Amino acid sequence: MSQDTRQDNKDSVVRAVHLKKTYFLDGVAVPALKEVNLGIAKGSFVSITGASGSGKTTFMNILGCLDKPTEGSYYLEGTDVSSLTPDRLADIRNERIGFIFQNFNLLARTSAMENVELPLVYAGVARHERQKKARELLEMMGLKGFEQHFPQQLSGGQQQRVAIARALVNSPSIILADEPTGNLDSKTSYEIMAILTRLNEQMGVTIILVTHEHDIAGYAQRIITFRDGLVVSDTVNK
Amino acid sequence: MNIPEAFKVSTRALYKNKMRSVLTGLGVIIGIAAVVALVSIGQGVSKKIENQISSLGSNLLIVFPGSTSMGGVHGGFGSVNTLMPSDATAIASQVPDALYVSPAVRWVGQTIFQNQNWATTIMGVGPSFPEIRDWPIAEGNFFDKEDVDGAANVCAIGQVVKDQLFGGIDPIGKIIKISNIPFRVVAVMAAKGTAGFGQDQDDMILAPYTTIQKKLLGIDYLNLIFVKAISSSAVTGAQQEIESLLRQRHNIKSKVDDDFTIRNVTDMLSAVMNITNMLTIFLGSIASISLLVGGIGIMNIMLVSVTERTREIGIRMAVGAKRRDILLQFLLEAVTLSTIGGIIGIILGSVLSLTAGTFIKIPITINVFPVAIAFFFSFAVGVFFGLYPATKASKLNPIEALRYE
Ligand SMILES: Nc1ncnc2c1ncn2[C@@H]1O[C@H](COP(=O)(O)OP(=O)(O)O)[C@@H](O)[C@H]1O
Ligand SMILES: [Mg+2]
Repeated sequence: MSQDTRQDNKDSVVRAVHLKKTYFLDGVAVPALKEVNLGIAKGSFVSITGASGSGKTTFMNILGCLDKPTEGSYYLEGTDVSSLTPDRLADIRNERIGFIFQNFNLLARTSAMENVELPLVYAGVARHERQKKARELLEMMGLKGFEQHFPQQLSGGQQQRVAIARALVNSPSIILADEPTGNLDSKTSYEIMAILTRLNEQMGVTIILVTHEHDIAGYAQRIITFRDGLVVSDTVNK
Repeated sequence: MNIPEAFKVSTRALYKNKMRSVLTGLGVIIGIAAVVALVSIGQGVSKKIENQISSLGSNLLIVFPGSTSMGGVHGGFGSVNTLMPSDATAIASQVPDALYVSPAVRWVGQTIFQNQNWATTIMGVGPSFPEIRDWPIAEGNFFDKEDVDGAANVCAIGQVVKDQLFGGIDPIGKIIKISNIPFRVVAVMAAKGTAGFGQDQDDMILAPYTTIQKKLLGIDYLNLIFVKAISSSAVTGAQQEIESLLRQRHNIKSKVDDDFTIRNVTDMLSAVMNITNMLTIFLGSIASISLLVGGIGIMNIMLVSVTERTREIGIRMAVGAKRRDILLQFLLEAVTLSTIGGIIGIILGSVLSLTAGTFIKIPITINVFPVAIAFFFSFAVGVFFGLYPATKASKLNPIEALRYE
């Protein structure tokens, strides 16, 4: 990678401008993000690291349209989404964002297939189409034959692969992974990272990954470090 | 997400918690079953009473001695002796709307045929009594005016009396003893069945009222006068004509109460119908309380369910569910639960009332109207009690919901 993906330009898939987020706990202001200015280029693989409480999850929630900034703007593919209605945000999450969580967040007692289909259900895609897509993605994740398994019948690594399939099913603009290997042993963590790397390199999926582990962060092309709600370093990973 | 999709999600959730769904649905099942059963039984009772009262005879007026305020009617037969045979004759000749008139006296006592004994009601009546009561004669000929004028010892017997006294023997022409006085059986009445309030009309002997008055009771007054009006539209007119005639005959001054009471069978019918209808509504309302309890049960379980499934809601919101989708999902869950409960309740209530009906001999019909109302109510209960938990679910913050353990 010779190109510096730190360049913030109008083509950035994600752009944060003077982004601030303050929580209020019993009337006391807790500044989680003090001032964040960032651009993330399409097709890049970015790691966000930082100590616990530095604001990584808060930032990801805003990027994922699950939360709104207190101040500043967040542009997703050029559109300012800071001021959209909850329904519009739901549409954006559905169409343009894929989430991967630390605790997998699969629906219990629901088959792997149906978990993967879920975003398509809310997108109004017909059943037949949904199943076809879900089956393809599960196969791509090496889960052929596990379509009808429930999450509790799968290992942590397998569950996370189901979650990745679900994140990919709507062909999103960005994949947001908040500590995706946090609940996995190191061997399984590397398998998951290998999958994410492959998705980024072969399919050009934009991946933003939060981790506090150095070796995991090292999979990305660019590493951004947060401290106390500020970006304190932003480096290209060679 | 469209409704069929949401419906599938909801039914799936209910199916995953089978036991809980069944127990929650049970509240609505019992509520609806109780409403349907009680309303059907109530309507059956109304119907039965209606049949019984109309079996007294069509266009029928009954004159009792004594005013309502004097307690004449309440005091029963013979408590006042203001009605005389001449009153009946006057009604017959002077009331144009009166088609048939029959005086009546009543006595209860032992009857004997050979070695058979039977205690029954003996009604002393006029020759037109069968016409007045729409009561056909099965065998023989009913006594006529001559028998009445001559106070003849003849009688017509009901089916029950025939069975009890005669068994297989042909009763016509046989002599029975009523209070040791011999009577010749001239007719057997057709079976009529129970006439309201438990009295079996077939358990009765009919004889000329003159005979009963003179030979059995030693009285000159009447217990009742039966009047059949010429048509249903003439009933009210006849009632007014009889009233003014009797007031005049009894020398009752204006502003003084009648010393008799005229009952119109149609009025009696509507009075009784009013009471039974009120009773049905009352029972139905009591039963709806259990439906209310069932609804609260649904709300309670839905609230528990929303809390338990907070993370599921968070996940659904993260992948694109709108508030409306979540609302629909939980609302449909409550409505499905309550309407399925309602359908089972309707079936259960119908079976219950039909079974009860055969036991207590009441004609039960399951009408579309109460069933439709019950169905609508079970649906409404689901909407009403599901709305709050569903709204609560839809208003969850996705971030907090996702973090919920
Ligand atoms: N819902 C909330 N209410 C109040 N404070 C919060 C909330 N979420 C996060 N915070 C605070 O914001 C800061 C950043 O948190 P977070 O973004 O979760 O950090 P990280 O993911 O880097 O560990 C922390 O001080 C945390 O306590
Ligand atoms: Mg975090």
